[in-house]
Amino acid sequence: MSAELRTAAGPSAEAPVPEEGRFRSMASMYLTLFKTSIVVGFQYRVANLLYMIGMIAEPVIYLVVWSTIARSQGGSVGGFTPGEFAAYYIVWTLVRQFNIVFTPYGWEWRIREGQLSGQLLKPVHPIHYDIADIAGWKFVVIVLWLPIAAVLTLIFHPTLNPTVLQVAVFAVAIWGAYLIRTMNLWLLGMVTFWTTRVAALFELYFVMELLLSGRLVPLSLMPHWVQVLACFLPFKWTFGFPIEALVADLPAGELLGGLAMQALWIAIGAGLVWIMWRRAVRRYTAVNN
Amino acid sequence: MLPESVIHVDGLRKTFVVPEREAGLRAAIRALFRRKTRPVRAVDGISFDISPGEVVGFLGPNGAGKTTTLKMLSGLLFPTEGDVRVLGHVPSRREKAFLRRITLVMGNRNQLQWDIPAVDSFELNRAIYRIPRRDFEEIRDEVVELLEVQDLLHKPVRNLSLGERMKMEIVGALLHRPQVLFLDEPTIGLDVTMQKRIRSFIGTYNRRHGATVLLTSHYMADVLALCKRVIVIHHGRILFDGALAALSSQFAAYKTIGVTLQDGQADLSAYGEVLRRDGETFTIRVAKADASGVTARLLAEHQVIDLTIEDPPIEDVIELVFAQEATDGDGEPIGEPTA
Repeated sequence: MSAELRTAAGPSAEAPVPEEGRFRSMASMYLTLFKTSIVVGFQYRVANLLYMIGMIAEPVIYLVVWSTIARSQGGSVGGFTPGEFAAYYIVWTLVRQFNIVFTPYGWEWRIREGQLSGQLLKPVHPIHYDIADIAGWKFVVIVLWLPIAAVLTLIFHPTLNPTVLQVAVFAVAIWGAYLIRTMNLWLLGMVTFWTTRVAALFELYFVMELLLSGRLVPLSLMPHWVQVLACFLPFKWTFGFPIEALVADLPAGELLGGLAMQALWIAIGAGLVWIMWRRAVRRYTAVNN
Repeated sequence: MLPESVIHVDGLRKTFVVPEREAGLRAAIRALFRRKTRPVRAVDGISFDISPGEVVGFLGPNGAGKTTTLKMLSGLLFPTEGDVRVLGHVPSRREKAFLRRITLVMGNRNQLQWDIPAVDSFELNRAIYRIPRRDFEEIRDEVVELLEVQDLLHKPVRNLSLGERMKMEIVGALLHRPQVLFLDEPTIGLDVTMQKRIRSFIGTYNRRHGATVLLTSHYMADVLALCKRVIVIHHGRILFDGALAALSSQFAAYKTIGVTLQDGQADLSAYGEVLRRDGETFTIRVAKADASGVTARLLAEHQVIDLTIEDPPIEDVIELVFAQEATDGDGEPIGEPTA
């Protein structure tokens, strides 16, 4: 029947426009979204800068608290000196900017405003929009982050002497962290297709992330069982690992093993997104959109 | 199913399950433990076929099921029941080959990026639809020229007026040269000139590219200008599917006779209901079956300067169709959960 209809549709309608290569067009889409996002990001540069300054409060509080404790305990806590804490939390600020993704709270808005309808009509999976769009915004963030990092460095004097390998692994790991978190928060956000009462679930996720990722405190300061548990969950690979890749003295095997773990979590997340998306989209009702 | 169908719909149904709660605190607490829902049939077993190149008006009041049907045809919604084929594809599978050949324009929804000029959004669509640059530029320039929006290309979308934005939305929606256009209220909220421009564009696009168009609109001028065929839907069911001209002959129970007499003082109330009197010109409404008899009597009994017989305006006919359905309907609780 399909073939019959396709043939039937042919005579009066024009032949479809030829297609460009898949990879070329995907690269072009990412590039265009990057550029668009950068343009928009710089249009709202003041808002972005204020937003970043607001976000700096959290790590600065952690940094001040832990530095004070370290000094009161004779210069270090769990092997961390105030300078190492400074390095950890200043790098934290950059990693945090990189692992920001589309919030699960935004899914309800996205459905209500008809944004998802528009994306569902396009022959590209909507996750590509989020990945490319928010990745582009990060370039704006880096530019705005540099002066903030300089000020923090002047105030807190971080101890940071990374090797070339550490810098290279860090450069990859921050993007790995971004992709893992994108998958995780997409999975969380898609729960909205089944129920709108998801705030408690989101909060539970964020509390677990706070404790098990190295966001609140370096994981090496946590009890041993927490450190072991964290290795088997995705959170550490989105926060603690990228930071430690740059500031801690990890051997090459651990650095590359960490990247492999990130790749594994990206693959698991992508697989789950693929499965869940197929079911979620069947439930899309697009009320009034 | 007709072998030449571009759009084939058979027994299509869509039922939404909507939460239901009484007002008050007690009901709110009860709803925490026992959530009450009820099924709402938005589309209730409709069937039709549309041939290549047809422009079909899809008419109905708010909540009739028009938008829900368009969403099912474009793959946005999964049908609850029934068979749908568009260009040979099952829309709900949302295959890329299908999405590259259709478009859905919703008059009240903005798909262009708000903060950047439309020309940049078009570039994004080029990449998404994998359109080779030369084809893209050719198509873009053609549509831009037809809609006369050259001057708007480099303005940020947020700075465009509603009508300008709608025109740019249409350009963006047609860059991949879709063969099937689903247009949901494309002229909503626009001034008369802008409506006319968009209407004329749709007609030209249809003729030039042989595209099939399914159009919903509350503006009958859109339908009269573009659609030879209309499908009238109400409470999720098709009330009429056929030529626009046949709608009046099938449903209009009366005709209006406009007559200008030599003697402007005549009393014509015996011929029918006198709707208007403007000097020597009268407008009389008569039962359709009586129209020829009344005309003959007028001509025989008065000195007639001019005489016209017209079907009632299409808006009135459609109102009649809905009214008739309301009388004949079985009163089932069906309807779209949208405003």
